Amino acid sequence: MLEALQTAGNPGRGAHEPTLHAARLVYGTREALAELFHAESPACIAFASNATQALNTAINGLIRPGDHVITTVCEHNSVLRPLYRLRQQGAELSFLGVDARGVLQCDQLETLLRPNTKAIVVTHASNVTGNRTDLARVSTFAKRHGLLFIVDAAQTAGVHSIDVQALGMDVLCFTGHKGLLGPQGTGGFYVRPGLRIAPLVVGGSGVHSFDENHPAEMPTALEAGTLNVPGIAGLGAGVRWILEQGVELLHARETALACLFYEQVRSLPDVTLYGDFAAQERAPIVSLNLAGEDSARVADILWEDYGICVRAGAHCAPLMHKVLGTVEQGVVRFSFSHTNTEQEVLQAAAAVRQLAQEE
Amino acid sequence: MRAKRPYIVLSFHATVEAMAWEKHCTEANIPGRLIPLPRELSAGCGLAWRMLPGDWQQWQSKLDRNAFDAIATVEQ
Repeated sequence: MLEALQTAGNPGRGAHEPTLHAARLVYGTREALAELFHAESPACIAFASNATQALNTAINGLIRPGDHVITTVCEHNSVLRPLYRLRQQGAELSFLGVDARGVLQCDQLETLLRPNTKAIVVTHASNVTGNRTDLARVSTFAKRHGLLFIVDAAQTAGVHSIDVQALGMDVLCFTGHKGLLGPQGTGGFYVRPGLRIAPLVVGGSGVHSFDENHPAEMPTALEAGTLNVPGIAGLGAGVRWILEQGVELLHARETALACLFYEQVRSLPDVTLYGDFAAQERAPIVSLNLAGEDSARVADILWEDYGICVRAGAHCAPLMHKVLGTVEQGVVRFSFSHTNTEQEVLQAAAAVRQLAQEE
Repeated sequence: MRAKRPYIVLSFHATVEAMAWEKHCTEANIPGRLIPLPRELSAGCGLAWRMLPGDWQQWQSKLDRNAFDAIATVEQ
């Protein structure tokens, strides 16, 4: 990434060595992501500045007034707000609910179907509970009814195996700065070959400059303007490292740490845990509350007194908190990485134990 | 300006195809290089692959015709 800052030109804008170097860096990251997600080709991968931009592009570029969309109460505002805005313009929404543990009730999908249902938009895993969506089941439903299948993989890309072809995905949106180990300001999407998404942004493309219309070919269709080449170079380095390590290995490490923490805190008095911890496959987070204490205060004490970074509050997932009854209190979310150690996990659990036992 | 000579130039539907082509040629030791798309092929911008006619004669039977859009002889 540092090397790219010093040497890369603007890809696709000229053919001198600095621009070709930049184009090779970008293409290399496309290749790595295509391999990671089992995409048909690197051309299926388009870059965006984050998952939110990718989701906005996909949702706004595929849904029209009069269309009906099925989504879930597990979604992040990066899915919900584009959909709410479309609803104001005449689209219709239905929300798949969850049980008391926050597990999606996929057996109710058929009841949400309408004659004008166009798409289903789901997160791969809740960023509040860590519960993972059964994408194979949702895909089967989507294919049976000819729906577009759009997946938000912000929480899972890089540390959960994702096969876009096996799962029949039409669009997969990802951010670069989480499991993919890239810098902030990177992200993008996989788009199934042949699917045309009306771009949010049009303009400079480096090709067909006298055409009044932005090129329709992927990935140029969704990449108007100069790309974040240093960021994409950093993202490529992250993805190549993940491919070398193996997604399954990284996932197993994170899961083991999350399980260790869960086992340490599950029986503590006045600790409420959120999520389905009996599930085999989950995102490696553990969300909890201490009695009726404000999650923001708990998070502040964890940082000030213990040096532990957690996320408190609503996590941009308002519907999930409404279901969990945590709108006022929020939840304290512990997120575990494969770079954490068992010692760090035990220290975090000890801190929770101490706080739970304080009068 | 210097005297022109003929080259074989391959054009592509998209820049990503040009990058894939360059990688393939590098790995297979196919001679040539990426150049700015000559205006004889398109009035827009973009990348093209330029080869000497002799190299083209030697390699054309081994190249994947579906990997590029058009082929032209261009004086450069």
